[in-house]
Amino acid sequence: MIQVQGLSKRYARHVAVNNISFSVEKGDIVGFLGPNGAGKTTTMRILTCFMPPTEGKATVAGYDVFEKPHEVKKHIGYLPEAPPLYPEMSVEDYLTFVARLKNVPVADVKSRTEQVMERCACADVRNRLISKLSKGYRQRVGLAQAIIHNPDVLILDEPTSGLDPKQINETRELIKSLAGEHTIILSTHILPEVEAVCQKVIIINKGRLVATDSVENLKTRAGVGSAIQVQIDTAGEAEAFIVRQRLEQVAGVSKVLDRGASGSRFVFEIESLEGRNARADIARAVVHAGWNLLELKSSTLTLEEVFLELTGSHTPPPPVATPAAATGVAQ
Amino acid sequence: MRNVWTICRRELYAYFVSPIAWVLLTIFAVLSGVFTYIISASFVRASLESQMSGQSFPMNVNEQVIAPLFSNIAVVGLFLIPLISMRLFAEEKRQGTIELLVTSPVHDLEIVLGKWMAAVLMYAALLAVLALDYSFLFIYGNPDWKPVATGFLGAILQGACLLAFGTFISTLTRNQIVAGAIGFALALVLWILNWTTSFGNSDTVQVLNYLSIVSHMDSFSRGVIDTKDLIYYVSMIFLGLFLTARSLESMRWKA
Repeated sequence: MIQVQGLSKRYARHVAVNNISFSVEKGDIVGFLGPNGAGKTTTMRILTCFMPPTEGKATVAGYDVFEKPHEVKKHIGYLPEAPPLYPEMSVEDYLTFVARLKNVPVADVKSRTEQVMERCACADVRNRLISKLSKGYRQRVGLAQAIIHNPDVLILDEPTSGLDPKQINETRELIKSLAGEHTIILSTHILPEVEAVCQKVIIINKGRLVATDSVENLKTRAGVGSAIQVQIDTAGEAEAFIVRQRLEQVAGVSKVLDRGASGSRFVFEIESLEGRNARADIARAVVHAGWNLLELKSSTLTLEEVFLELTGSHTPPPPVATPAAATGVAQ
Repeated sequence: MRNVWTICRRELYAYFVSPIAWVLLTIFAVLSGVFTYIISASFVRASLESQMSGQSFPMNVNEQVIAPLFSNIAVVGLFLIPLISMRLFAEEKRQGTIELLVTSPVHDLEIVLGKWMAAVLMYAALLAVLALDYSFLFIYGNPDWKPVATGFLGAILQGACLLAFGTFISTLTRNQIVAGAIGFALALVLWILNWTTSFGNSDTVQVLNYLSIVSHMDSFSRGVIDTKDLIYYVSMIFLGLFLTARSLESMRWKA
């Protein structure tokens, strides 16, 4: 449904998008993930024909965004980061205007407007001025505007930004309910959102493509050779180095790392050889030595860690903000 | 064409649900009312004097009331027109709604035409107030209607021309005040160009005089449709709208 090849967007002083390629199949919900300023908005604006790319090719629904923008626009529904609303219009008037603008047949304008108001739960404020709406309602009207002409492709730029948790959930449910009929790309920097809504993730950072895969694959891929964390209480019988030696002798263990101690409690992180699951052996060894095994868990990486790793800020616990905030804002 | 009308309709909606239209209509009603009163009052006095003096001077409502009224109104127009056109694109850019317009299956030219047409209709609504003033002249006097009709045509053309440039200026900024100020300055320059006629009659002066926007109103308000003036207005409108369309296109490349 969407093909992007070697897409770049350069400005006089910086590169917003640098040679990215990906494709999206019909009916997919794809999460477009990256820190602020990674080039998400720029890429979306190119796909919606708001601006032309400097280099590369992008096709939406079979039409090239540069050569046939008019056709592309017919097949795209777009919700920019700030919903494009006219404050002086009422919700119904606004949606009627958008329906006409998107070339909905004259006879269907009214019924389509009704449908999207129902669908996006904003029928109850139909006569209210948009300037008087709460942020949550504005976002809904923004979504209604994007789907009014029943486009094949929906492009949503941070659809949940600035909403409260309840509204975020509602919006996510709404987006999920739109899947199937529409191919959806949504950008976000909130990771749980991707896990909750999307089947596929495209991660970009500083204008470059970092990864594109399904959510499951990304998690397991980064979880290969996964670490095991154990917490052992020796009740004062042994020193840390003895415990470590003992653990290192367990078959299948490749590396044991100290992860802190308090009194006679020790925490170790154990890396096992690829393909081996040493958990059972470790448990037996600890018990055999007469120590107490307080905790044993295999720590597969969360999407968050995958993301931080892929975008170049290092994995270990402290969830530092990615440095990409300094790369400039995608405008 | 359907798209042009869709956009035009929304713009008119925006004018009339916001205070802009009503404020402009009020200002215009007051000014045109005052002008009509002053000019027709002095006309009445002059005709009374001419009757009392025994000699009858030729008196003509068209030449002595309607023509000067049109040229006054043309100047009032110069001041009000930037207020009509300044919001057209500046507001869209500020609100971010421009993203909706340019990502909809609508051609740039349709957006430009729709917005300009709405502005011209808004200006026509102002002139309708003037028509109301004139109706009194028709009730109490017996003016020739043809110069009135051509006068309105001239006023509309002049307005359409300034609005085309105003629309262009509005694409250049996201700040309405800036768009209004530049539009006003441009209108002023186009107006005073013909003052150069007092410096003689060289070729330069003639060119400047031709470019001046107000000088082309005169023949219209006297009931003459001169091709020269018609061509001036139509070509200026084309230029203004062409610049607007190009500016809108360049905005995408710069965005």
